Amino acid sequence: MEIQTHSGNVFMNTTTMAYRNLLKTVHNPDQFMDVIVQPVMFMLMFGYLFGGAIAGGVHAYLPTIVPGILIQTMLSASSGSGSQIREDLDSGVFDRFKSLPMAHIAPLAGQLFGDILRLIIATITSLTTGYLMGWRPNVDFGWIIVIGLLAILTGWALSWLFALVGLLAKSAGAVQSFSLITMLVLSFMSNAFVPLKSLTKPLQVIAHLNPVTYVITAIRQILATGSWTHEALLVLGFDILIVAIFAPLTVWAYDRN
Amino acid sequence: MIYFVQGDLIKNKAQEGITMTTMKAIEVSHLTKKFGNKTVVDDISFEVQPGEVFGLLGPNGAGKTTTLRMITTLLKADAGQVKIFGHDTVKEGRLARSMFGLTGQYASVDEGLSARQNLMIFARLNGLSRQAAKQRTTELLTEFSLEHSADKALKNFSGGMRRRLDLAVSLITRPALIFLDEPTTGLDPRTRTQMWTTIRQLVQQGSTVVLTTQYLDEADALADRLAVIDHGKVVKMGTPAELKQQVGGTKLAFTVNEQTEVAAAVKLLAAQVSGAVQQTGQQLRVSLKQLAQLTPILTALTQAKIAISQLSVQEPSLDDVFMALTVGKN
Ligand SMILES: Nc1ncnc2c1ncn2[C@@H]1O[C@H](COP(=O)(O)OP(=O)(O)OP(=O)(O)O)[C@@H](O)[C@H]1O
Ligand SMILES: [Mg+2]
Repeated sequence: MEIQTHSGNVFMNTTTMAYRNLLKTVHNPDQFMDVIVQPVMFMLMFGYLFGGAIAGGVHAYLPTIVPGILIQTMLSASSGSGSQIREDLDSGVFDRFKSLPMAHIAPLAGQLFGDILRLIIATITSLTTGYLMGWRPNVDFGWIIVIGLLAILTGWALSWLFALVGLLAKSAGAVQSFSLITMLVLSFMSNAFVPLKSLTKPLQVIAHLNPVTYVITAIRQILATGSWTHEALLVLGFDILIVAIFAPLTVWAYDRN
Repeated sequence: MIYFVQGDLIKNKAQEGITMTTMKAIEVSHLTKKFGNKTVVDDISFEVQPGEVFGLLGPNGAGKTTTLRMITTLLKADAGQVKIFGHDTVKEGRLARSMFGLTGQYASVDEGLSARQNLMIFARLNGLSRQAAKQRTTELLTEFSLEHSADKALKNFSGGMRRRLDLAVSLITRPALIFLDEPTTGLDPRTRTQMWTTIRQLVQQGSTVVLTTQYLDEADALADRLAVIDHGKVVKMGTPAELKQQVGGTKLAFTVNEQTEVAAAVKLLAAQVSGAVQQTGQQLRVSLKQLAQLTPILTALTQAKIAISQLSVQEPSLDDVFMALTVGKN
């Protein structure tokens, strides 16, 4: 007699896994530090410390720094995916996932879809902090949503990349230090905090090569003009390209594990 | 007990395990695994009948865990084949996986969650509906005496509680086949006995159990059949009784009181038993095939007027088997 079992449902398994990750975060709220405390702290510190020196005042500095810190926060939030995946793989619970008759890709997919929530929280925190400090972009609220979505998409695209790093790395510690360095280099070697013109020539070249510069420029342009720009389209295309390249690579690395 | 899972029907698998009398629960043939150039599992083959408790006994590093991981599809074998209730674990991996539960050597529950959440999530991942998952979770929490700590973080769990939860999670779908890798390592004697009781109950309900252990008393107490593994090879297979027999059966030892009578006693013994007579000073030792051989020996000694003392008859233990068969130092 044949034992009957259900046929797998990737969607349901992924939802369960995303729910699991959410529960874990609730049990361990430290994981929200990087998406709540960090953007608030950076916004306050940079705003009040450098605002005067760079832009002649906090208020004048906000249009520069809000998009800058928004993207920096996306970078660090997405880098969390990598270390989270590595930790999961190294813990015993992963053996159980593998021995269950569930969709094989669900743990990875659950992580990456669950992370969208972190990115949303990070975006709302960054923008709200800016607002409370006096940031008043001169565009319809709809455009604020648009830049929020663009930032989230960028963060999500990057989390595939960091997930790949997590899968290939030897330990969660290694992933974390790699992520931290990447985050610092990419965010500071860009136009996130200072105008490009103020940089020395070699740094300007680097900042121009840095994709983060383009994302921030696109967001600033939308906020300044209240219209969809050529740069924004470029960023959108770039995000989709990253997902198109790194999603299959990440799945491949995951299968290999 | 019947569960509806996404429209399909999962019957009580343990029950089906019994009815499939003609089918083997597990067929392992020529399983081999190398790590680098070290062969960790070397051409292992065995079969497990439905309803049986099969033990893999071996010292540290013998390859027990590696064997179990290959059978349960966690690790790819370099060579060989595994069938679970007739289904090839490579070709029909998912079907095979739905038929067993696994409790690994190291706790494989989610440290970041509570016991209830662990059970709920694994029940959902096993394909139970929300309702069925909830019900099964409550049942298992009660069955494993975890209801009072159900919502506490696992960080505060003792080793025994974690182990119980681990087993509970493996039993969510009432699998017909359960793998337990060192189920009682690190447990105190009381918790250990509880675990034994739980395992015996599973067997009574019709489950097939494969367990690994380094403890001989555990193998003796639980297993119907054993494979002794050393250096990745099956060195002996059989029931605990058969294995003990092979190590030399019952041991008889006594001391001859008078030095002058030792030679006569040795001659007398040699006539009665097939094995060699070991002599240390005035002490003589022989292995008996059966306990019934004892009476003729003692009668013969009395008739020959040979006085003896310090008589001892020792049943062989699995310890003897273990020491005789395994080399250790893997
Ligand atoms: N992933 C791995 N890479 C390299 N060697 C490994 C790996 N896993 C296990 N080994 C080696 O394989 C051998 C058998 O290991 P295994 O864990 O199967 O033994 P075991 O019988 O379960 O031992 P124990 O009683 O200590 O749990 C050991 O020498 C171990 O070092
Ligand atoms: Mg082991």
